[in-house]
Amino acid sequence: MKSVIQMKKISKHFQMGSQEVKALQEVDIHIAAGEFVAIMGPSGSGKSTLMNILGCLDTPSGGEYFLDEVNTAFADKNKYASIRNEKIGFVFQGFNLLPRTTALENVQLPLLYNHQREITNPKQIAIKALEEVGLAQRMNHIPSQLSGGQQQRVAIARALVNDPAIILADEPTGNLDSRTSVEVMNIFQKLNEKGKTIIVVTHEQDIAAYTKRSIVLKDGKIIFDKPVKNRLQAEDVLKSLEKK
Amino acid sequence: MKLKKIFKISLQSICKNKMRSGLTSLGIIIGVCSVIVMVAIGQGSQEKIEKQINSLGTNLLMVFPARTNRGGANQARGSFNKMKLTDCQALLKYGSKFKYVSGEVRVNGQIIGGSGNWNSSIEGVSEQFLDIKEWELAKGEFFTSKDIQYKKKVAVLGHTVAEELFGDDSPLGERIRINNTPFTVIGVLAEKGETGVGNDQDDIVIAPVTTVLSRLKGGNKINMIFISAIDKESLDEAQIEAEQIMRIAHKLDDGEDSDFQISTQSQITEMASQTSKTLTLLLGAIAGVSLMVGGIGIMNIMLVSVTERTREIGIRLSIGARSSDVLFQFLAESVTLSLFGGLVGILLAMLISGCIGWFTSLSTSIHPLVVLISFAFSGTIGIFFGYYPAKKAANLNPIDALRYE
Repeated sequence: MKSVIQMKKISKHFQMGSQEVKALQEVDIHIAAGEFVAIMGPSGSGKSTLMNILGCLDTPSGGEYFLDEVNTAFADKNKYASIRNEKIGFVFQGFNLLPRTTALENVQLPLLYNHQREITNPKQIAIKALEEVGLAQRMNHIPSQLSGGQQQRVAIARALVNDPAIILADEPTGNLDSRTSVEVMNIFQKLNEKGKTIIVVTHEQDIAAYTKRSIVLKDGKIIFDKPVKNRLQAEDVLKSLEKK
Repeated sequence: MKLKKIFKISLQSICKNKMRSGLTSLGIIIGVCSVIVMVAIGQGSQEKIEKQINSLGTNLLMVFPARTNRGGANQARGSFNKMKLTDCQALLKYGSKFKYVSGEVRVNGQIIGGSGNWNSSIEGVSEQFLDIKEWELAKGEFFTSKDIQYKKKVAVLGHTVAEELFGDDSPLGERIRINNTPFTVIGVLAEKGETGVGNDQDDIVIAPVTTVLSRLKGGNKINMIFISAIDKESLDEAQIEAEQIMRIAHKLDDGEDSDFQISTQSQITEMASQTSKTLTLLLGAIAGVSLMVGGIGIMNIMLVSVTERTREIGIRLSIGARSSDVLFQFLAESVTLSLFGGLVGILLAMLISGCIGWFTSLSTSIHPLVVLISFAFSGTIGIFFGYYPAKKAANLNPIDALRYE
């Protein structure tokens, strides 16, 4: 299996006044293509820092990070932007869609910043991504006209549009009710079945139950890394919810 | 990233915030508009003055007595005047580049006649005076060389004087008294209105130069000599010729300073328009300040906009926008807004200066160069005042920007 993420002894230190905070201490993570991973841990465990480094929003203080078999250590600022654009699809807790901008335009945004290849039909690609999350009929609505679940699906479509190596979701269900959360996890499961590598950062055990593997962090170290037992299928959960 | 893409993103962002964009442009609109209108008013009055001075006759040379200096004290012009009527005769006799020559004597006098009296300036001139000044008669006739030769007591009235003395009645053939000397009115000048500086050109009485010298002024000195060159091209040669003839007539040795001074019409025009050029510059500078203030307004709103849109910038950075993409987006936004403001300002200025020209006595003139410069300047302002906020936006850290509430 091809390795998508390979972290070797990654550490991150912050200087807080005179004190040095060790947010990550020599963390090793290997994630192969097609995996569906939950990164968990209490607040202050370093999972946000790990997420920022995974997403190339931040650089580690030490260690090596290979993303899609490319070493990120030597990348400059613009290279980081390109990696974020092409290799990573972000899904945030607060959706982070541009206000007063239609769903279709929001989804097209990453294509606009793609420096690598010339995209001749951005609209078609964006429509296709919206179809994948089942929102094609709402593509001309602006975020304020969409429900939270729909907004998160637009955000997922935006993450998909550049066909990235990984989808990185930071508390994707944090702002959603339990039913909509299951719907969003359903979409992730379907995308994973199609071969997408997905990493979800969450502190909810229920959400992690939909993934295939869970990694638990504490005090900047991995304390647990095992496949998920009793995995939930979002499809079944939705059906049982409908029966009630 | 291609320029087209950047402008597409910027335009989207501008269109999605119409109110903010409109307010940002407003400063530039007012700035550009006031610059163009102010300069248009300045240039309009400049052109008006030049036109009026040129209407005095473009081939005109004027000979004045020179300023003199006696024992270190600068004397008033004409204090030691040596210009006489014989100078005119010499000029006419020996000159080859002159079409008309007329001496002029000016006195102020109380004029009594018809139903009232009036104080005006009486100008003694030759029969060629009307041709030199390109003036016209409204009625009656002008005096002839015979009238000058025999010192006839005839007068031609300016429009204002005729109206003050005789009202609507025709003054032709009426007798008037100027400083107690009786004159017969033989003509009335056509109305010419005020000069650019507000002098009434119709408040004048014209009489034969010889009559004014002997009856009103006394002595044989004349105030100035008008010379009309045969055409515009020979104006310079005519000036040199007049200088030489006058020096011979005044028996001046080589190296001795001339006791007279010759000016051309264009030199006088230049002096007059210099004043209004200064005015134009002043008006333009004041308006330019408002354009600068408009630019600072753009910077202000762009800075607020960067703060307000921190999250948006964070989103863009996280999905792969480079710093330079964000920089150019904000720069393109401010340049687009300021150029748009410039364009609207130009249209508004055309409208306003058209209205000023239509409803007031001020004349306006919009020079294409002024329009071009202020348009280019508004674009420069967009870059200049947009750069700092754009740089600020581009340097945001994506993690912090995304967390910004």
